[in-house]
Amino acid sequence: MDHQILLSCRDVSLGYEGQPIWEHLDFQVCAGDYVCIVGENGSGKSTLLKSLLGLLKPLHGSITMAPSLASGAIGYLPQQTRAQRDFPATVYEVVLSGFLNGKKHRFFYSSAEKSRALMNLGKLGVLELKDRCYRELSGGQQQRVLLARALCAAGELLILDEPVTGLDPAAAQDLYRTLQYLNEKEGVAIVMVTHDIQNALHYATAILHAGHGRWFWGSTADYLVSPYGKRFGGDGR
Amino acid sequence: MNLLLEMFTYPFILRAFVVGILVSLCAALLGVSLVLKRYSMIGDGLSHVSFGALAVALACGWAPLPVSIPVVILAALGLLRLTERSRIGADAAIAVVSASALAIGVIVTSLTTGMTTDVDSYMFGSILAMDRSDVVLSVGLCAAVLLLFVLCYHRLFAITFDESFSRATGVKVDWYNTLLSVLTALTIVLGMRMMGAMLISSLVIFPALTAMRLLRSFRGVVLCSGVLGVVCFCLGLTGSYLFSTPVGATVVLVDLAAFLCAWALGSLSRRQRS
Repeated sequence: MDHQILLSCRDVSLGYEGQPIWEHLDFQVCAGDYVCIVGENGSGKSTLLKSLLGLLKPLHGSITMAPSLASGAIGYLPQQTRAQRDFPATVYEVVLSGFLNGKKHRFFYSSAEKSRALMNLGKLGVLELKDRCYRELSGGQQQRVLLARALCAAGELLILDEPVTGLDPAAAQDLYRTLQYLNEKEGVAIVMVTHDIQNALHYATAILHAGHGRWFWGSTADYLVSPYGKRFGGDGR
Repeated sequence: MNLLLEMFTYPFILRAFVVGILVSLCAALLGVSLVLKRYSMIGDGLSHVSFGALAVALACGWAPLPVSIPVVILAALGLLRLTERSRIGADAAIAVVSASALAIGVIVTSLTTGMTTDVDSYMFGSILAMDRSDVVLSVGLCAAVLLLFVLCYHRLFAITFDESFSRATGVKVDWYNTLLSVLTALTIVLGMRMMGAMLISSLVIFPALTAMRLLRSFRGVVLCSGVLGVVCFCLGLTGSYLFSTPVGATVVLVDLAAFLCAWALGSLSRRQRS
């Protein structure tokens, strides 16, 4: 159970119109892992993210999810759009929408789902904001609400797309601590695309580095001594 | 009071009321999604395309609805693609499409019939424009929109709030977007001969904006927008009968008044809370 494989990429090539951006990619995410995907802009991070979410078919190879994560149950935290920041919806409405997935048609949320939504809000320390309007929250609070929604969709694996972009340093540290709590105490595996290399090195157990056709996958310690890590991570820490 | 009762003895006013109420309800509901997704301009673009199509149909002596409905649906799908493809260029692209459609309409009419009262009523609306087929179509359209909002409410919320998340969880976002824009196209074609091509987009945009000032939950905004759309239309139509003003413009002014009230109320309550 401890090292159940949640997500595995085997000999995967990704790209558009037959032009590969990633080739022969091999890696696995197990329960309890904390993986950061780093790399320069345009190096294929979002392409990889898209295919992990099942929105882009690999050109070659296969990406498999644990059975519990199949059928659209993915805890995804997308980048926020401008339109979202002033959206008229209560926090509760937003969090409940995490239970929707493509397969089932439904008119109501069950009471079990409602109590899980409240529980997830509690885990992220924003339960008292339940009836507040999403647009009145601070950036950090909005991210927590979206994290709670992601947890509703899937409690085992969170996929985050540059979660600290646009947050002030204090809110960013807050978010990192929350993620660390979820990872260590709740056993949630985390896959995060990020530009914040210092914090990535500090928290992650493994790093996937994207670098224009080539890539590095390994533990954080291995990454620091690799050519990629030396160049990109600076001195590390 | 007698004047109001007398108003309902005219069958054309009765028809205008029925079609208007149904169309404003559809427009107001669809409007919430369109405004929040930043697609408000699509409504405006569609009304201009619809004017172009009607002008051409008039010049060629064809029935207006069978020509304009398919043209506007095609335009809606095209505009949706444009908006999705290039986020930055979308507003410019919509402006280009609507100006071109308007220009085609104007040129075609001036070469054939000239600026008749018909063309004028397409531009600014006429209460006399509604016939039986409009009533039937608007009942059907309203049923479709209500069904969509009742059956797929949670999904509509999810795709309006966050397309990327919904896509990742397997909701058919593109399908819903297409459905929304086709329904919007139909709403606009049906409503524009009464409201006028220049004014119809207000039915889509105003109620949603007003409701967003007043309420803070999505469910509240949707319900309030629907009610506001219908109430403002009824007040506008009654006002236009009482003061003999054009329907479209009167409805827009009522909508504007409601928006200003909501804006004042909203900023007042915000000041009180802080």
